[in-house]
Amino acid sequence: MPVFYGVEIDSRLMLGTSQYPSPAVLAEAFRRSGAGIATVSVRRESGRDQAGQNFWNLIKDLGVAVLPNTAGCHSVREAVTTAHMARELFETSWIKLEVIGHSDTLQPDPFGSIEAARILIEDGFDVFPYCTEDLVVCERLVDAGCKVLMPWGAPIGTGLGLNNIYGLRSLRAHFPEISLVIDAGLGLPSQAAQAIEMGFDAVLLNTAVAKAGDPVLMAEGFSCAVKAGALAYAADPMEPRDMAAPSTPLIGKAFL
Amino acid sequence: MKILINDTLIEFHGNTLSQLLVQAGYGSSKVATAVNETFVSGVLRDLHMLNPGDRVEIVAPKQGG
Repeated sequence: MPVFYGVEIDSRLMLGTSQYPSPAVLAEAFRRSGAGIATVSVRRESGRDQAGQNFWNLIKDLGVAVLPNTAGCHSVREAVTTAHMARELFETSWIKLEVIGHSDTLQPDPFGSIEAARILIEDGFDVFPYCTEDLVVCERLVDAGCKVLMPWGAPIGTGLGLNNIYGLRSLRAHFPEISLVIDAGLGLPSQAAQAIEMGFDAVLLNTAVAKAGDPVLMAEGFSCAVKAGALAYAADPMEPRDMAAPSTPLIGKAFL
Repeated sequence: MKILINDTLIEFHGNTLSQLLVQAGYGSSKVATAVNETFVSGVLRDLHMLNPGDRVEIVAPKQGG
């Protein structure tokens, strides 16, 4: 099972908490998913609104680890301040660092992410950086002190799956000691299984479950997928080959 | 003095960030704060003196991906 900053999590599935039809569906989807980590955020709240407290109560009842994010931040300062507010609110040093560099694709800003990671690690955070599969950027993030990398499979919310298999395989091979999580872009359980089969430690998704026609059923589908992927990875899969090879022995075949 | 809370201008009749939270109705709500884009922890709110025109951000736990 994956280990993040010394904490072993009893699932390879991490689930976002946004966009569900209702809090009840969110809670049931989590139960059926078996997810071990819930991602959350911080947002403005008015004085009379207790929505934040109600949401926090719901998350605590799930009994999962909490990973706050800096979603929507476009600058280092914004991300760092948001991380500090999240640490106080959620009482965890874990932070999913997002510094967005491009508004259309929501591609992370590699320069800002590296700078923010350095600052936050110096401030005592355990940083989970949202990044791409760019090896050089990932090396810089690891140099900064990140022990987890979270490359996208595809842009956030697209459901396109793993867009750059070669790049992701390279990343896995290059960082055998770093926990790698596919973050964003997954739309189907088969894509999650593929990521885990490749040796990724976990997957993080939100929209694929929350926006499914039946989020609870889809959550269970992803739960099965990551388990299947982990079994396949542990089983040492056969090497693909170009030529056909009969699986039924030819010896003893009747002469007809 | 005039203070901006989450982009809304209000007339504040106290001195500290803690007093502002009480006046604005946050009471004991689970919130985190920043003043002029710098984080101010809960334990420092009693000591943090506000100035006219300060921009205060008050956030709470929310859904996220």
